[in-house]
Amino acid sequence: MSQTFTLSPAELALRLGDDALILSHRLCEWCGHAPTLEVDLALSNIGLDLLGQAQFFLNYAGEMENAGRDADALAYHRDEHEFKNCLLTEQPNGDFARSIVRQFFFSAWQQLRFHELAKSGDATMAAIATKALKEIAYHVQFAAEWVVRLGDGTEESKCRVADGISWSWRFVDELFTGEDAALRPAWEARVRATLNEAGLDLPAPVRGITGGREGRHSEYLGHLLAEMQYVQRCHPNAQW
Amino acid sequence: MAADANGLAERVFTLLSAVPDPEIPVISLTDLGIIREVRPGSPAEVVITPTYSGCPASIAIQLSIRQALDAAGLADIQIRTELSPAWTTDWISEAGRQKLLAYGIAPPESAEARLKLKGDAPAICPQCGSARTQEISRYGSTPCKALWRCLDCAEPFDRFKCI
Repeated sequence: MSQTFTLSPAELALRLGDDALILSHRLCEWCGHAPTLEVDLALSNIGLDLLGQAQFFLNYAGEMENAGRDADALAYHRDEHEFKNCLLTEQPNGDFARSIVRQFFFSAWQQLRFHELAKSGDATMAAIATKALKEIAYHVQFAAEWVVRLGDGTEESKCRVADGISWSWRFVDELFTGEDAALRPAWEARVRATLNEAGLDLPAPVRGITGGREGRHSEYLGHLLAEMQYVQRCHPNAQW
Repeated sequence: MAADANGLAERVFTLLSAVPDPEIPVISLTDLGIIREVRPGSPAEVVITPTYSGCPASIAIQLSIRQALDAAGLADIQIRTELSPAWTTDWISEAGRQKLLAYGIAPPESAEARLKLKGDAPAICPQCGSARTQEISRYGSTPCKALWRCLDCAEPFDRFKCI
């Protein structure tokens, strides 16, 4: 029996919402630090799209939980082990190439996953996915173009993008657990096409690291949450 | 009853056609195509849809709708946000496109124009009308715009992204 059948809609909304929320925060860390102003704007805009998606998913997860928690409560008042994002999204930014590879891997996965979700019988989930797909098309294109530009650039940029690939590769298995395993061939084909264009290839298989979906995270998530939740931890439920 | 409902919808649309978009104040909320319908009932609802999932103007837009409704004595109308069907640039009115162009923003192509061209066509420079243009960055000053430049008059300009 595949995993999706045992996954409640609330749990799925939480996972997808946490993915978007955590990666959105990582992208916002680039604000003011990206290599050029245009890239700075691009990364912030992608982060903003993801934050909007997170808000839709988490509000819906809260609605289904029916315990009075909305997106803000779920984002600001949960501890590490309650977050269900995949490990890929919480990985530290590293250099620009590493962030770009993380984005490409994630957005390409999200695009396939949301195509499935858009066909879901759950009208709310389908609506969020359909809306998000329009944005994700831009994210995939942006990240893929940079992978090619860096891979096909100088020896240095190629080295860095290769480092980004090997860093992120360990976290790819987690994207294809349960019923999502069926998406892997299409994802690999999509990623391989871009890597080949960049003069690179898919790495050899490695033992994947998983756990995020069960709330077992890398040490990086705690530091991220400490910053993200700081104000709400100091002044619970503060509004302005 | 039906006549009343039509009357109310017409009144609300006229009212909101005077409310500017907070980020591109040259066009109105109705020009932008984010006011989907006025649903009769008690209370009646005005149904709006966001342009992008994370559009930071969403809250400002709801506030200005609320203010406009309140000022017109329609305080009992509720504002509802619905995601489906997802907003598309095809819902920007023809008048809205002309206003964008006059303001210096290249409007998005219509759905028919996109079908004829495979892939992205070059933007038309809103300053000089040249089609010799180039994309600088797919993300501009707001999520809905990309940054372009004209190779003839050398001016940079924003282009509304087609989604």
